[in-house]
Amino acid sequence: MESREIVLDGAVVADPWVFVADDEPIPSQSGRADAPTSVAPPRVFVTLGRWRADRAALAARGRVGVVVPSDLDIRTLADDLPLLAAVALEFPRFADGRAYTQARILREQLGFLGSVRARGEVLRDQAFYMVRCGFDVLEPAAGRAAADLLPGLSDFSVTYQGAADTALPRYRRPTPDTQRAVA
Amino acid sequence: MYRYDEDDIRIVRERVEQFRDQVRRRLSGELSEDEFRPLRLQNGLYHQRHAYMLRVAIPYGMLSSRQLRQLAYIARRYDKGYGHISTRQNIQFNWPLLEEVPDLLSDLADVEMHAIQTSGNCIRNVTSDALAGVAGDELEDPRPYCELIRQWSTFHPEFAYLPRKFKIAVTGATVDRAAVAFHDIGLRLVRSDSGEVGFQVIVGGGLGRTPLIGQVVREFVSKRDILSYCEAVLRVYNLGGDRENKYKARIKIQLKTAGIDAFRAAVEAEWDRVRDTPIAVPEAELDRLRAFFEPPAYEAASRAAKSWDAESAVDPEFARWLRHNTSEHKVPGYRVVHISLKAPGVPPGDITADQLDALAALSDSYSFGEARTTHQQNMVLADVAQRDLADLWRGLRDAGLATPNIGTLTDMICCPGLDFCSLANAGSIAVARRIDETFQDLDELYDLGEVQLKLSGCINACGHHHIGHIGILGINKAGEEYYQIMLGGAPGDDASLGRWIGPAVAQDEIAPAVDRLVRRYVEQRANQERFIDTYRRVGAEPFKEAVYGIA
Ligand code: SF4
Repeated sequence: MESREIVLDGAVVADPWVFVADDEPIPSQSGRADAPTSVAPPRVFVTLGRWRADRAALAARGRVGVVVPSDLDIRTLADDLPLLAAVALEFPRFADGRAYTQARILREQLGFLGSVRARGEVLRDQAFYMVRCGFDVLEPAAGRAAADLLPGLSDFSVTYQGAADTALPRYRRPTPDTQRAVA
Repeated sequence: MYRYDEDDIRIVRERVEQFRDQVRRRLSGELSEDEFRPLRLQNGLYHQRHAYMLRVAIPYGMLSSRQLRQLAYIARRYDKGYGHISTRQNIQFNWPLLEEVPDLLSDLADVEMHAIQTSGNCIRNVTSDALAGVAGDELEDPRPYCELIRQWSTFHPEFAYLPRKFKIAVTGATVDRAAVAFHDIGLRLVRSDSGEVGFQVIVGGGLGRTPLIGQVVREFVSKRDILSYCEAVLRVYNLGGDRENKYKARIKIQLKTAGIDAFRAAVEAEWDRVRDTPIAVPEAELDRLRAFFEPPAYEAASRAAKSWDAESAVDPEFARWLRHNTSEHKVPGYRVVHISLKAPGVPPGDITADQLDALAALSDSYSFGEARTTHQQNMVLADVAQRDLADLWRGLRDAGLATPNIGTLTDMICCPGLDFCSLANAGSIAVARRIDETFQDLDELYDLGEVQLKLSGCINACGHHHIGHIGILGINKAGEEYYQIMLGGAPGDDASLGRWIGPAVAQDEIAPAVDRLVRRYVEQRANQERFIDTYRRVGAEPFKEAVYGIA
């Protein structure tokens, strides 16, 4: 398995998640048949189709995330969310902004507390917006390093709107951002 | 007007540094042009025919004299000594070098200005009535709500990559001078049956390739809820707008395809989910914003007022300007002064650095240090004591800013066309000049009354030809510039879209054709009818005949 780095909560880490194609078996443990049973099985992302087909088994296994296409009405996942550890939302092109809305609905309306991952054309200059909308994991675009995304996270120290990161819009915050933030 | 606080200053400064770094990465090749394009567009930087063009935001058209002076400095330092006022109340500079744009933005930030979201597929700079706060027909000053929307839309994390651009306009007046029916969202301050002042929400208007008049999605939204309602509209659009075909990507097409009832139902469902979240605007915030737009310290009418009969008689030039370039102010003793940027031989909307400086000085002396841009590509000094009008007029005249043609046929709207725009089919500025030369007789012009002539150099319709009483569109016919003529459009309360009257005509036939159109109007008009009224009464036939002869 190729190793991949991601940005998780603002830091670069090795990606603990594995994407499993529909025709691949779900790995049971850390890839080795003789691994001790105390070792938790790897975290896996499956497609939405597979999740729907094998929901009971996958839910029983646990540590499962689902990859969601950007045209899905994310509210249709409401019943699945308690069983899911992660949701990956896609940016087919960085200029396609649907996943920002999907992420906010997941966090702010559906109350999802698991991991929300941005994947696809994930670039530094959109990273700030992604984190604001509730993505905790940024998977860099193919051929890019996760570390390249980091500077984008601190583009701004002031925001006007409430979003998934800060529920309160500026006009409801007790302290102005400039008095809180370290530039 | 609104003054930046620490947060506002910080965010604009951080934007400058962010863009400086983006330009550095573009120049070093770290960013591809495909990656850079949306970033520069969200900062108002276009690549045009000859060079870059930077569109600077003038939120709802308000400028202080200090900002005017800085724009003059920028025009000299980074441009060829002039700027261009756009139909969305912004100012454009046509010749900045990419490497210098970060410094230009930093100079703008020094006076609380920027180019944030003046282009790109995001929520654009909000526009309003150029007579906000001084018009007699106003229910309430719309500017505090414009500022509320400006802040909410600035770097909105969810709506930076919409299917297409998104324009919002707000009016507080009974006469619509902000063309709210031709915006993605148009907001009109209205009073509800219970007496509360809030907003009527119009969605899905716009020009461009598929001109459509907006539809009322909700008759009344309270001020507390205006941001949540806009957020609901944007969310429905962000998820459901067309992302495959850019010509179908505006919200107007989504609304038209879904139908008003289904669209409204989707917005209302989303609104139910968001309206009682912290986005609801507290009264204290509305009060804070309203405080910035308190009326200036007007003098008592007895001191400010002056009757001009005597002086007018002495100086007919002044009298003419007084009649055509000033209008009523809600405060007795004051007038609103309109500054035409349609002087003969000048591309409509252009203003030189010297004129910007002159306007800064005149606004300091006579209009509380503020000026405004209008969507007619003109400017306004909104608060002038009648007593000062003659002095102001002399100052404006010396600066070449007293062309007395406001509201007349030569007060045209015109896009940059072939002179600057890489999409253009036609030299709209050259045509505007020819028409202008045809109508140099002021008395004849005044006799024609209000005629709104609007010119676009291509189908993208930046010159708003669909809503001109006379609309002219440049097309390319086998490599030659041709022009189509449409009649019957109107932007405001009697909003309508014009219709083509016949085949396109060659470039040197367009000014004579306009001449024949208005002559036909003069023959046909009854009483005090305007051109548009006559057209609506008699229909297109007499005008077709005037242009094309009898078939
Ligand atoms: S209407 Fe066409 S030619 Fe004119 S500015 Fe717009 S895109 Fe350019």
